[in-house]
Amino acid sequence: MYKYDQYDQAMVDARVEEFRDQTRRRIEGHLTDDQFKPLRLKNGLYLQLHAYMLRVSIPYGTFDSRQMRKLAHIARTYDRGYGHFTTRQNIQYNWIKLQDAPDILGELATVEMHAIQTSGESVRNVSADQYAGAAADEIMDPRPWAEAIRQITNFMPEFSYLPRKFKIAVIASPVDRAALRWHDFALRIVRNDAGEIGFEVYAGGGMGRTPFIAHKIRDFLPTGQVFSYLQAVLRVWNRHARRDNIHKQRMKILVHELGQEEFARQVEEAFEHFLPLGQDIPPAEYDRIAAYFTPPPFLDGLSEEIDLSDPAFAAWVRRQTVAHKAPGYAIANISLKPVGGIPGDISADQMDLVADLADRFSFGEIRATHAQNLVLPHVARQDLHTLWQELRAAGLADANLDLVTDIIACPGLDYCTLANARSIPVAQRIAERFADLERQEDIGELKIKISGCINACGHHHAGNIGILGVDRKGTENYQLLLGGSGDEETSQAKITGPGFDEEGVVDALERAVEHYRAVREPGERFIDTYRRLGMDGFKEAIYV
Amino acid sequence: MKILTGNDLKTGAVTWWDGVQWSLHVEDAVDVGNHADTILARETAALRVNGGYAIDAVKDAEGVRPDHIKDRIRALGPTVRPDLTLKPADPDAGSWVI
Repeated sequence: MYKYDQYDQAMVDARVEEFRDQTRRRIEGHLTDDQFKPLRLKNGLYLQLHAYMLRVSIPYGTFDSRQMRKLAHIARTYDRGYGHFTTRQNIQYNWIKLQDAPDILGELATVEMHAIQTSGESVRNVSADQYAGAAADEIMDPRPWAEAIRQITNFMPEFSYLPRKFKIAVIASPVDRAALRWHDFALRIVRNDAGEIGFEVYAGGGMGRTPFIAHKIRDFLPTGQVFSYLQAVLRVWNRHARRDNIHKQRMKILVHELGQEEFARQVEEAFEHFLPLGQDIPPAEYDRIAAYFTPPPFLDGLSEEIDLSDPAFAAWVRRQTVAHKAPGYAIANISLKPVGGIPGDISADQMDLVADLADRFSFGEIRATHAQNLVLPHVARQDLHTLWQELRAAGLADANLDLVTDIIACPGLDYCTLANARSIPVAQRIAERFADLERQEDIGELKIKISGCINACGHHHAGNIGILGVDRKGTENYQLLLGGSGDEETSQAKITGPGFDEEGVVDALERAVEHYRAVREPGERFIDTYRRLGMDGFKEAIYV
Repeated sequence: MKILTGNDLKTGAVTWWDGVQWSLHVEDAVDVGNHADTILARETAALRVNGGYAIDAVKDAEGVRPDHIKDRIRALGPTVRPDLTLKPADPDAGSWVI
């Protein structure tokens, strides 16, 4: 994985000291809250319901055991012994003291981590396929390009004072595991007819109060021209953005209002301006970055065969492991969705354990997923049983990846100032209702996503079943949505009808699931059945 | 009644105006009538509170209860982590929020 050079380290260290001074001035009263707020947000520090919240960036979800141990140390020393993995492959701490924030950032800097651009009107953490560098189906490792984009968008003034936040994703597989088309700007690495590697480019996606699925605006962009193209996209957006109306400032609104073709035309026009300026990443610089992503020294001759006579272990292998590009290896998913638990939460002790397991079984590498789980990307299949036993002892061996209890949920009203309703208790009630693993397996893939407000941090628009918490005259109310997806057949979920209270929405969801079981055809997932039959039958079942 | 809440500047802890200073406990909150703006301006300027605002609440035999669930969650702590609330030993504390 990427290692800071002296410039990276110097910039991050300088930023820590800058924020230390800004914090001191705020505490001493030299800065007002209005003056300080944008400065702390630039460093990922929010003021939430109970305390300050610090969101730490994990670029493209890739980190290592050393960094995980530091995250555990921070949880233990400065927070309340846990952290929360987010839907943007980041981690956040909910109980931070302002006076400690500079020291925390200083500690993060010692392991090449920071919280820069995890908030504010800037390019946010670049996300990527969590299986990058390991997936059997990828054309190449997309992370060198994600890292290159991170480097050119972090700190650059034009990318730091945008009309609104801007989210980028990069993948290199035909299967979309990164919710590509829900991003403002998305790149899928493809090979053209001549065998050359390039990007398929998408723009204008996003969730929030006005959801749009990104449009493809270019079939093939040579990889070496991506910086010019990104500048062109941002230039068009900057030129037209509705800075008078916060709800219309996201680029998705502009793409929608201009139309896909006109937006793409203007981007191409701007691209023609930027391309000759010679500002793209030189091949040597790309090669320097790419060298950090050289595959680890996989052993040759490992057997694919493992003993699956233990049914619980076999179920875990079947559900939690994915084909690896190296023979004899597997990608192992670690569920952070125990039944009754809080989606994405992990204790400091569990973090330390995952770090140790990463060292022993995965070349020290760890990934965070946008579905709020973790991944050990390079595990020899012969080590899976030992890994599973150790995960199980720590409560981390649930075999529920992509099943009904693998629920994405934002922090909701339990932690978030923006939320209108609690998300976590709803996720817990659903998981408890469907706790039986045999029933979950019978239901099959079903992605439930819960947001506590229209900002959609819980990705409810992309849920096969989405739940949106709203405030109805001071009471929590939950709208049910069906038919969303973040995969390669991206679709936007639609509201079923009137909302429910907390208990009612769990019952309604169960009725939708049982309707699916009654009408599905062999091999159909929930989303397949919904797409085949549409909303009506589900609606009748839900509103009996 | 109108009560005042905000966050401690240095720690971010939720605080409530008790008539003299800022308390961690909502049951200490007092009715500020129509003096909210004056008190908040003074306390904010003195760095004794951050992001302060006035809310509606009721006072009954059980104490002061903010009208809105968001402020009740602020007053107690996250309903999903009773161990992290101000009343970790009270298993029924969460029912006060709902």
